[in-house]
Amino acid sequence: MATMTMAKALNAALADAMLDDERVVVFGEDVGQLGGVFRITDGLQARFGDKRCFDTPLAEAGIVGFAVGLAMSGLRPVVEMQFDAFAYPAFEQIASHVAKLRNRTRGALSVPIVIRVPYAGGIGGVEHHCDSSEAYYAHTPGLKVVTPATVEDAYSLLREAIDDPDPVVFMEPKKLYFGSGEAELPARTAPFGKAVVRRAGTDATLVAYGPAVPVALEAAEAAREEGWDLEVVDVRTIVPFDDATVTASVRKTGRCVVIQEAQGFAGVGAEIAARVQERCFHALHAPVLRVSGLDIPYPAPMLEHTHLPSVDRVLDAVARLQWDDQPDERWVAA
Amino acid sequence: MTTTPQAVRRASPRTRRPATPAAPDPSAGLLPEREPVRLLNPDGTPLPARDDYPEPPVEALREMYRRMVVGRRFDVQATALTKQGRLAVYPSSRGQEACQVGGVLALRDTDWVFPTYRESMALTARGIDPVEVLTLLRGDWHCGYDPAAVHTAPQCTPLATQCVHAAGLAYGESYQGRDTVALAFIGDGATSEGDFHEGVNFAAVFKAPVVYFVQNNKYAISVPLSRQTAAPSLAYKGVGYGVPSEQVDGNDPVAVLAVLQRAVAHARAGKGPYLVEAHTYRMEPHTNADDQTRYRDAEEVEAWRDRDPIARLEAYLRDRGELDDAAVAAIAEEAEAYAAALRDRMNAQPEVDPLSLFDHVYAQPTPQLVEQREQVRAELAAARDEEGDA
Repeated sequence: MATMTMAKALNAALADAMLDDERVVVFGEDVGQLGGVFRITDGLQARFGDKRCFDTPLAEAGIVGFAVGLAMSGLRPVVEMQFDAFAYPAFEQIASHVAKLRNRTRGALSVPIVIRVPYAGGIGGVEHHCDSSEAYYAHTPGLKVVTPATVEDAYSLLREAIDDPDPVVFMEPKKLYFGSGEAELPARTAPFGKAVVRRAGTDATLVAYGPAVPVALEAAEAAREEGWDLEVVDVRTIVPFDDATVTASVRKTGRCVVIQEAQGFAGVGAEIAARVQERCFHALHAPVLRVSGLDIPYPAPMLEHTHLPSVDRVLDAVARLQWDDQPDERWVAA
Repeated sequence: MTTTPQAVRRASPRTRRPATPAAPDPSAGLLPEREPVRLLNPDGTPLPARDDYPEPPVEALREMYRRMVVGRRFDVQATALTKQGRLAVYPSSRGQEACQVGGVLALRDTDWVFPTYRESMALTARGIDPVEVLTLLRGDWHCGYDPAAVHTAPQCTPLATQCVHAAGLAYGESYQGRDTVALAFIGDGATSEGDFHEGVNFAAVFKAPVVYFVQNNKYAISVPLSRQTAAPSLAYKGVGYGVPSEQVDGNDPVAVLAVLQRAVAHARAGKGPYLVEAHTYRMEPHTNADDQTRYRDAEEVEAWRDRDPIARLEAYLRDRGELDDAAVAAIAEEAEAYAAALRDRMNAQPEVDPLSLFDHVYAQPTPQLVEQREQVRAELAAARDEEGDA
């Protein structure tokens, strides 16, 4: 075991994938000599040459569309969108082509590309640098949407994404990039489609993904002092979603809070909450609650902490899980 | 007059500058000719031969004529099938036969074509089964042919997005040591889209062997060219990307093929992309669902009938003794047989399987798709049982 940052694990995953499969090419804005603005591609150009890792014109639709063509020629492109909100120009390419080519051609063409998206906030970024854009991709059939919360998962999920026959939007929580964790590379953790119980508990289930996972774990620790033993499930792969693990946990605990950093309305957390109540209704002792970002454009840095789901906000939600079998007073008609 | 050496030195930057050889014009070789390249007059009489655009071999021109005649008959048949309700919609390319056929005739079978929804004729001219081409418009699936097998991307409905795919595919092919060329069809309206810009720019930066072939048929549904661009013509867009460009009379089949052959050779030689604009005209409405009387006069359409590309090539080949009544009749007969076979096959109701909806969303279906598939299977079984009871 070694201690390393998530950024380093991602970098190692790219390097190992390029070493194992010469069809893997890495490109985007500033990914070459600079090594990416977050240094995730650091050293790849020096090691593998500027044909395997290269800078492109600053054009996100072009980057993704170029990757589509490269994939059609038999390569395995891994592209970097520099920031979450900078990926929006590529959305047509992603939604209309990347996601659909396999289906449109009855499987004759596939698009095994990885679109890496540094996403979410908590880093004091100015506007357009902190969006949680996962719902747009998760709502698009044909895409897999993956987001690691641990260092080992970052490595393993990225390797699996590059090997996957389908396109993967790989969402990297920026605020976790430079947090350290224990990892032994090449790590292989649970595969796509498997959620993982990060903390076992009996009283309620916190379901989280990406940047919300550390918040959930911290909240669970804090809740212990208040007498609650909380289970934390890390979704890991939003698509494909692991109903089985989430459902098993909530059936066991009978209570559930879904946590996401993104704004809440029509978000991934809403989908998870709906799925939980569909599958666990008779095991539930309280409504499924959500803790999310506010339904506002991502705020300016000095205000982002009001927006982001906090440990306190999670604990408030846990407190409302009708421990005394009384309805939530907020929803009782006057 | 004498001057001190110092004075000479001071004066030299001004006085010597005109004597310095002018730096080469960096746009040299990138700009199109001022007038579209034309090798035949509208009546089919030849213009003086040109060294830069040698006339294609006569066998190629005869083959081009044959495919244009069959292609037009296909187009007429597809429009008729739409009126009969066999196709959901059909965007005709009547009048653009020289471009439709020239665009594929300039390529090898191993080259890739990136077509739009208006290229049905081009795809049949490439030899793709017309029923597979019309799958999209009949509506029993999206792309009916196997793109990898026929080196032809699915017909692209989102505008200009294929321009970037062509750049990527072409670069990927050369990256892997193959001399494949990609040809991307695009219309005049779509050159306003960002993906046109990004595609041509990527191709230029990465020296990808792509030919961007703009069929400027003057209308984007109803919107005229004057609302797409203030450029002298669309071929002038190439210079801004460092891409050599040419404009051609798109209703002159000989010129279209000659210009495209040069563009393809340029790309295949590793010199990067090429932009060709063909000036042509869409003789039919945008689709059968369009009402062109709302935006253009019948006289305008009529005027273009005199520039018909098939009649032009036929007159030229007849004049050269390369085509006679018997050959013309044989090709017309072939076209009729092609249309009749297509009609018969399209009259058969296609089989669709609702459970196939779940195939090919992913390589392996997600658990959620497996669940939904099971639900639909149960619905279908229940419906069959009800039918059985009735």
